[in-house]
Amino acid sequence: MSETTLTALTWLIPAGPLLAFFLILLFLKRNHTASFITAWTGIGVALVFSWIVAGHMLGIYWQDYQNKTDVLEAHPAVIESSIAWLPIGDYYADAPHMLAGEAEAVGHVSTAVPQYNGQWLSMGVVVDPLNTLMLIMVPFTVLMIFIYSVGYHNYGQPLGTKLGTPNHGKEEPLFGRFFAMMSLFAAGMLILVVADNLLLFFIGWEIMGFCSYSLIGFWYARTYDDPNKIPPRYASIKAFMTTRVADVVMLLGIVYYYRVFGTLNFSQTMNGEALLRAAESPAVGLVGLAIITLLLFTGTDGKSAQWPLHVWLPDAMEGPTPVSAVIHAAAMVSAGIFLLLRIFPLIAVSIHSNPTVGIIIGGIGAFTALMAATMALTQSDVKGVLAFSTISQLGFMVAALGVGGFIAATFHLLTHAFFKALLFMGSGSIIHGMEHGAEHVHDHHTDPQNMFNMGGLRQKMPITFITFVIGGFALAGFPFITAGFWSKDEIFVEAFAAGTEGNFMGWVVFITLVLAAFMTAFYTMRQIALTFLGEPRTPLAEHAHESNGFITLPLILLSIPAIAAGFVGIPSNFLGTEYKSVFVNHFHDFAGAIYYEPLAVLLEAGLVSKGITTPDWSWVPISASLIVALGGLFLGWLVYGRQPLKAGEPDPLLRTLGEPLYNFLLNRWYWDSLYDRVLIRPTVFVSEVVVPQIMDKGIIDGLLHLTVRITFAIGGAMAAFERAVFGDGIDWLKDRFLDLAREFRTFQSGKIQEYALLSTVLAWIFAAFILIINFVL
Amino acid sequence: MIEAVSQIPLSWFLIVAAALFSIGLYGVLARRNAVAMLMSVELMLNAVNINLIAFWRYIDPLQPTGVAWAIFVLTVAAAEAAVGLALIISIYRQRDSVIAEELDVLKY
Repeated sequence: MSETTLTALTWLIPAGPLLAFFLILLFLKRNHTASFITAWTGIGVALVFSWIVAGHMLGIYWQDYQNKTDVLEAHPAVIESSIAWLPIGDYYADAPHMLAGEAEAVGHVSTAVPQYNGQWLSMGVVVDPLNTLMLIMVPFTVLMIFIYSVGYHNYGQPLGTKLGTPNHGKEEPLFGRFFAMMSLFAAGMLILVVADNLLLFFIGWEIMGFCSYSLIGFWYARTYDDPNKIPPRYASIKAFMTTRVADVVMLLGIVYYYRVFGTLNFSQTMNGEALLRAAESPAVGLVGLAIITLLLFTGTDGKSAQWPLHVWLPDAMEGPTPVSAVIHAAAMVSAGIFLLLRIFPLIAVSIHSNPTVGIIIGGIGAFTALMAATMALTQSDVKGVLAFSTISQLGFMVAALGVGGFIAATFHLLTHAFFKALLFMGSGSIIHGMEHGAEHVHDHHTDPQNMFNMGGLRQKMPITFITFVIGGFALAGFPFITAGFWSKDEIFVEAFAAGTEGNFMGWVVFITLVLAAFMTAFYTMRQIALTFLGEPRTPLAEHAHESNGFITLPLILLSIPAIAAGFVGIPSNFLGTEYKSVFVNHFHDFAGAIYYEPLAVLLEAGLVSKGITTPDWSWVPISASLIVALGGLFLGWLVYGRQPLKAGEPDPLLRTLGEPLYNFLLNRWYWDSLYDRVLIRPTVFVSEVVVPQIMDKGIIDGLLHLTVRITFAIGGAMAAFERAVFGDGIDWLKDRFLDLAREFRTFQSGKIQEYALLSTVLAWIFAAFILIINFVL
Repeated sequence: MIEAVSQIPLSWFLIVAAALFSIGLYGVLARRNAVAMLMSVELMLNAVNINLIAFWRYIDPLQPTGVAWAIFVLTVAAAEAAVGLALIISIYRQRDSVIAEELDVLKY
């Protein structure tokens, strides 16, 4: 296939869902069938285009591999295309290197009018090994979720009547809107994936931010009796506001990035040459690069729900389950990690030159992974466990990047997307079945999402059970046959290798993540056991039944990559075999090619600690991985599976951990309460008390009142002045004139001879005056 | 003839003129009859004419300035007498009186 065709296809990848969004929103949303068919078509076209392009990339790799070229060193095949989009500053056509003002300052006389020909922000697409992987994963997962959504919203059932709340067992009345927003969400993610520069990336990022807001709050009218439960509309605001905090900081990072590199294009900045230049430039230096890294990392911290901005994600579970799947598995949270992968050479330089950066990124990742895993231990909401598990797994990836494990993080991002989407949709299927049971027994008070109300769903929902177990085992890292094992193992290997190379953070990350992985296996087994094993604990579970085909088909299809996706990333020296003699880590070679050359250049300059390499084989990480995965699962089975809980029986962990600790974990370490006390309440206090009472009433109203008073005083003084001068004064003057006139009236007798006499006398006086002047003076 | 006149001092003429003027002025101020007042004004004008002729004759006889002025004054006096008499007749027809003191309606 020609280069032009591939470029065109790449451009068109986000177009399908975007077009579907507009079509549904403008024309089709009343027709539910047309809505979902359009959405399917949009994402389907995107899937076809993505896979054609990705297939081309994989084909090139495969050819190189067959030809025994060293695929890592071979420069990665890249499809790139961009157009000038946004001009910045004005330039003279004949002095394009200078800004108009500078040109005049140095005496440049130009006949040309200033033209926008110097700097442009470009809009472009790129396909390189890194986003090829995303192009394989994202459209597929999203399509599965789209298919699932049709069943989830009870397509074909009688139409529900309640707008903005769940209509159990009835077709969602806002069906069209749901698919429109989901399509826009997919478009945002695909724009982000194919973007060749940070600005377009950020646009996709923010489109997703908005869509997540509107989708989490999809059931905007839903309310709860329990005042501690956050309803969807508040959850959506919380998610939006929390990520906004991070995005503002990230935008600062983008501005600094542009200032340093002069372009936002990834391939022009994330190469050895550009980074060397920036690192050696006195204006930027390694500190500048570290600052950019941390600013951009803050964006990830919000989007990928890392501590301390993780609080939005658990509440975002208020959205419909397909939304949770798309936000927390396939798209949005992956975007945060994807950003870090995009700027990985920058991160590598920063963590090598500034250990603080490594401590921050690795530390936050590891801490989040462990913290969220402990929180997941005690959750009773079936989706809640998965929410914390997502935070935890994202922490794994961030921690891996914090110790330089690029391949490991990429790999885990991909496998996690598959099995976490599967798990979310499985949990949605469970809830769906439970709600069906609730309809059947007319019980609307028992929480259908609470795992302690479930049990025994294995017989009722066999397909959901099997696929959920596959996803759960992948999450737990069940050895050898699941994808999660291979990717998590790779993270352990990277962290362990970093530790043995003398990086202190390597040990911290390794030990923390091993602990977190143990808990992961434990809570996964707890979830499976509580949900599926034993006897039904409520009538809801008793009358639950398997979901429809729209729901089960995606589950089956997604369980394939949840197992198989791991086999492409078996370490080339697995079990100590000779490099590439038995196992070939195709994933490593394919994904690693993108930064092989940049990292090699930087390594030579001493700016990074290692290039794209396969860590030496060691039995320690694999043993740890095996022990924690199997041990966690086994312990979970001992506690919850061997003797399944009876109805009304408390959580065995409650006794083991003790009530304070259990509640501490159940209440998410009280982070929300802390933020409530430290941030929200002061803000509310300021806005409800300080601003209205002191600022509005005190200062602003006070100023106004003062002005009024001063104006009144001036007005009163002027009134008094006018009364005195123009009123009484003028009256007095008038009276004097009248008096005078009264005096003079007697002169005017009307007798001509008196006038003549007067004239004569005056003439005499006048004459005498002249005489005196002339002769006396 | 010229010599004889020139032997009379200028002041004599001026004294005559002043006397005539004063008589006229007295007449204007003191007489009650408007016709008599008009006649007194004529006396005053003639006193002025004597002054004009005298000054011309004694100061600058070669230029006909004083004479010209005197003729002007005579002309104006004639016109004034005509208009003044016409007014007085008109007033008399209306009010049956030519006493200046009684003609005070312009005051109002």
